[in-house]
Amino acid sequence: MSQWKNFSKGFFKENAVFVLLLGLCPTLGVTTSAFNGLGMGLATTFVLVGSNIVVSLIKSFIPDKVRIPSFIVIIASFVTIVELVMQAYVPDLFAALGLFIPLIVVNCLVLGRAEAFASKNNLVTSAIDGLGMGLGFSMALTILGAVREILGSGSIFGFKFIQGDGMIVFILAPGAFFALAYLVVIVNKINKKQA
Amino acid sequence: MEYIIIIISAVFVNNIVLLKFLGLCPFIGVSNKVETSIGMTGAVTFVMVIATIVTYLLYQYVLVPLGITFMRTITFILVIASLVQMVEIMLKKVSPPLYQALGIFLPLITTNCAVLGVAVLAVQNDFNLIESVVFATANAIGFGIAIVVFAGIREQLDLMNIPTAMKGVPIAFVVAGLLALAFLGFSGIV
Repeated sequence: MSQWKNFSKGFFKENAVFVLLLGLCPTLGVTTSAFNGLGMGLATTFVLVGSNIVVSLIKSFIPDKVRIPSFIVIIASFVTIVELVMQAYVPDLFAALGLFIPLIVVNCLVLGRAEAFASKNNLVTSAIDGLGMGLGFSMALTILGAVREILGSGSIFGFKFIQGDGMIVFILAPGAFFALAYLVVIVNKINKKQA
Repeated sequence: MEYIIIIISAVFVNNIVLLKFLGLCPFIGVSNKVETSIGMTGAVTFVMVIATIVTYLLYQYVLVPLGITFMRTITFILVIASLVQMVEIMLKKVSPPLYQALGIFLPLITTNCAVLGVAVLAVQNDFNLIESVVFATANAIGFGIAIVVFAGIREQLDLMNIPTAMKGVPIAFVVAGLLALAFLGFSGIV
């Protein structure tokens, strides 16, 4: 597999959110606006790339039986780094994402890539895989956030283009489910046409 | 009275699955049958309450005195992971029937973000020990109500004629959205 394919698979064919349906909790929880979605996506990307690199570096030292706990500790360390950095430099975003920052630890996407990819591949391939999957995840979150923000509050990235309120249900919890349901349908359709 | 408010708010007003989006993986994953969803609820309740107690004690009596509260995430996830393992081993010895019933669901719980989420929330909300236990139990009940109702609807859905593109996950999300809409009606009662 060429590195470009390795990188680009995360965007459409194996998109974490729309196709694999991994990492749903943050996907639905934080995407009340495009900016929040993007922030969460980039935080997850950092953790993904970091944990993929470390896992692929030390994979030969980890006994098979304690593999999963070791991965979790590695991931948790990177999450703690993200938590502290965001708290210091982007406190507004940190407050908006709240509980979902520590919950990156249990994002199945991160552990899934460590287990299924980084523990079997070399450093460069793993890093590229992490970057691709992470950016694909960010893209999905940004799109979902944008859709909800446009429909729910009539603005995009905080820039208001419709006066007054939008359909408020889309920034509330039910709208997250509805928006994701229809986005999954659309992506399914596109992927089917390409295949 | 305080406890009743915690319970109502956790079960209905801030339902952990439908309105807070925690524990969605098992919510979508094991909600095909009512029976399995009840089994999952049992396992989650068990782990969630114990995990909240243990992480609470660790946080208040180890992390805070040592001034290393930034280790919270790492500590909590390790506690939950090892707790799940321990519960699995103990159940196997102490109560084989219960182990049989919960068996397959236990390993899945480590990656259930509801467990870690509730543990973190209990600490963030400055609950005392009893409040934390009540909070964890109420959230587990909320999880149970949501997943069992959802499984009941999905069982009926199997018999329906659904457009091909909507089959499977998309229609499940739409149903979850409608359920969330219904739960939204509880907002404002606390």
